[in-house]
Amino acid sequence: MLSHTLKRILLSLPLLIGITFISFVVIHLAPGEPMSLQTDLNPRVTAASKDQLRHLYGLDEPLPVQYLKWVWRSARLDFGRSFAPDGRKVTEKIAERIPITLLLSALEMLVIILIALPIGILSATRQYSLFDKATTVFVFIGFAIPTFWLALLCMNFFGVHLGWLPISGLKSMNYHQLTPWGQLMDRLGHLILPVLVGAFGGLAGFSRYMRSNMLEVIRQDYIRTARAKGLSERSVIYKHALRNALLPVVTILGLSVPSLIGGGVIFETIFAIPGMGQLFYGSVMSRDYPVIMGILVIGAALTLLGNLLADISYALVDPRIRLGRER
Amino acid sequence: MSTERDRLLRGWHLWACPLLLGFLLLSCASRESSSGSAIDYRQGGPSAYGDTIILGSIGDASSMIPNITGDSASHEIGSFIYNGLVKYDKDYNIVGDLAKSWEISPDELSITFHLRKGVRWHDGKEFTAEDALFTYRFMIDPKTPTPYAGDFLLVKSAEAPDRYTFRVHYSRSFAPALISWGMWVLPKHLLEGKDVRQSPLNHYPVGTGPYLFRQWKTGEKIELEANPNYFEGRPNIQRILYRIIPDSATLFLELKAGGVDWSGLSPLQYRRQTDDLNFDRNFRKYRYLANAYTYLGFNLKDPRFSDRRVRQALAYAIDREEIIRVVLLGLGVGATGPYKPDTWVYNPRVKRYPYDPEKAKALLAEAGWKDGDKDGILEKDGQPFRFAILTNQGNEERKMTAEIIQRRLAKVGIGVEIRIAEWASFINYFIKNRRFQSVLLGWTTGQDPDLYDIWHSSKTLPDEFNFICYKNSEVDRLIEEGRHTFDKMRRRACYDRIQEILAEDCPYVFLYVPYSLPVIHARFKGIQEAPAGISYNFIKWYVPKEQQRYTR
Repeated sequence: MLSHTLKRILLSLPLLIGITFISFVVIHLAPGEPMSLQTDLNPRVTAASKDQLRHLYGLDEPLPVQYLKWVWRSARLDFGRSFAPDGRKVTEKIAERIPITLLLSALEMLVIILIALPIGILSATRQYSLFDKATTVFVFIGFAIPTFWLALLCMNFFGVHLGWLPISGLKSMNYHQLTPWGQLMDRLGHLILPVLVGAFGGLAGFSRYMRSNMLEVIRQDYIRTARAKGLSERSVIYKHALRNALLPVVTILGLSVPSLIGGGVIFETIFAIPGMGQLFYGSVMSRDYPVIMGILVIGAALTLLGNLLADISYALVDPRIRLGRER
Repeated sequence: MSTERDRLLRGWHLWACPLLLGFLLLSCASRESSSGSAIDYRQGGPSAYGDTIILGSIGDASSMIPNITGDSASHEIGSFIYNGLVKYDKDYNIVGDLAKSWEISPDELSITFHLRKGVRWHDGKEFTAEDALFTYRFMIDPKTPTPYAGDFLLVKSAEAPDRYTFRVHYSRSFAPALISWGMWVLPKHLLEGKDVRQSPLNHYPVGTGPYLFRQWKTGEKIELEANPNYFEGRPNIQRILYRIIPDSATLFLELKAGGVDWSGLSPLQYRRQTDDLNFDRNFRKYRYLANAYTYLGFNLKDPRFSDRRVRQALAYAIDREEIIRVVLLGLGVGATGPYKPDTWVYNPRVKRYPYDPEKAKALLAEAGWKDGDKDGILEKDGQPFRFAILTNQGNEERKMTAEIIQRRLAKVGIGVEIRIAEWASFINYFIKNRRFQSVLLGWTTGQDPDLYDIWHSSKTLPDEFNFICYKNSEVDRLIEEGRHTFDKMRRRACYDRIQEILAEDCPYVFLYVPYSLPVIHARFKGIQEAPAGISYNFIKWYVPKEQQRYTR
């Protein structure tokens, strides 16, 4: 199993390089340049100063040279400085954004699991019951509703109309005046809407997946055997069926790892959360190549890692795979 | 089995309830923090120091050294922290800022600035002519990533003869030069000899302006505090909080909920969504003409549009009033030329094009366009009159304007197709390569009245701004005359004539000048609209003591 893991890690290296190459080419092929968004059609900006900026950023070199230089620097884990005028290190910019996005996505994922798995299990064990139908409608409403619209409705209702919850951002403007307890509540209050609205959309996928896995497992012979042995329904469902039905869900969880740090652009924009989604969107719009490449590399590395983790945990959860490989 | 199900269901309730309860509790806890009070903010009161103004902005700043940025957020923040040598007053007259006064030499080739004495940088060091000289060298340094070097490259030499005198020499008299010294002056003692891209001043600026920098949380907020030693006196409002809220709908909700004090409104919000009691009680809306106009420009290389009669016909066929009524909900005025109506350079006595489809048809017929086959579209030499209006994506107002124009032109027998392109390809594919027949776009105005970059016939290279390829030797001569003299009367004569020619020639159909529609919480007093907007006297704004909301 160890050698299998090692092999997979080594194989993912060329994959990573391939990903960076394609990304590099694609973003440089997109029309526009780092300085163009602000300086296009601004009569105060002369053509000569544009050329000078191009030279300062090294954009006047041929593309292959630029790529090789980038690879050479990145190999030493130096992702360079942002093209934005503040010229900050890419790693610094990303490190500043990741915790917020990570916290939000982790909470969101937790809420999804806490709600979706029970819904999935219950609607499988009570297939075609009123509960099953009602939750199906509920989760599909969540799936179908555009998040930004729901977010705006909730903000208007809970934030403006009732005045219960803060609308956007991470902290209130009077945060520094609050007691420590008030500060904690303030922070949590700001998380409620983004986490719940975000989770609502994700319920359908997980709960339906859980339900269909569960249904499949319940029909298996060994479940019938367990029932025939006279085990209680509870232990049949939770001990025997659930563990097997959870297996594919683990795979999906592994694949969701990259999305944990990706963050949603629209979502973060609506809630004014300075996370990774906004950083990425902003850098794409301003053609901030070093930042775009930095985020893409991290995203690609995490996707590969997630795959790897899913693979390994699959083996851990499923004895058939584990034993089969060791044999 | 049903009992088992019930137990499962009960289990679900058991853990779901605390979760819901928790959320409810949290909601209540956070409610306490938002204060609801019965203060009547519409009442006036004596001027007082204190309180915080919260600005809502769609975009974050990109650096705290505004001289190297191109975005409006950086410029807005920069103007609170830094000063230039000169600035505009509320009527767009140039007045002193860090310079107390200035002299222009009789040959108009040198400007001597007499600087204020005793102005201190936020770190306590005195501001001197060396800083002004350094800023000039900084702007022309090829290693400085600034888009605004152009104005300063025209300077032949600059010198600081003593601590409080700064002099610049030009090789040719150049009128826009004076306001170019409104560029923010940077501290020499912190920046000289350092790589600006790695300077800590990008994040912790030190200026001379009315506000001191406190903190910047990227993507979240920027905090400034009143400078007690500001040379024009301490500003009344103690703190500025610049909140970054990228979505305009969220920004508007935050405004309604009291999380933002100052933001801009769209015409729709101004007219239809802010007329309730709550808004009346808590906010005051302002309006002044924006420094911008929207136009329909013709590609004059297109043989159809090189005929002036055709361009004039189109101007008659478009109903400006209708566009302003529908697109701006009446919140704009018709444009007659490249200047907005409340500036000294504006000339109202130019040819106007009121909506007149009959006159349009007559002019088109005169130019040879007739509907021979009665299909509703005019033809000339067998070619039907169809063309495309190009505009950029993401601007709803321009899209609606294009649609209205399309309908109006159809009535005089011209088929219009609307083409909308994403900004980068709009510029790089269509505009630079002149791949357009007509373009619906806007210009920002309000700096010096100089029109060289947009209207001079030499400015037609791919990267330049006379992309409609307008050539008129008289306009060229007048533009040059106007920019190479400091005599305001002579300049006005030039620009008056240019406006007449442009109106007659009609290379653009000048459409409208929109209003800027800021809304500010009613507790802020002392705000007055002027041609230059409202923020020119920001340091004089105040909140009466009993209406102050944020104290600490």
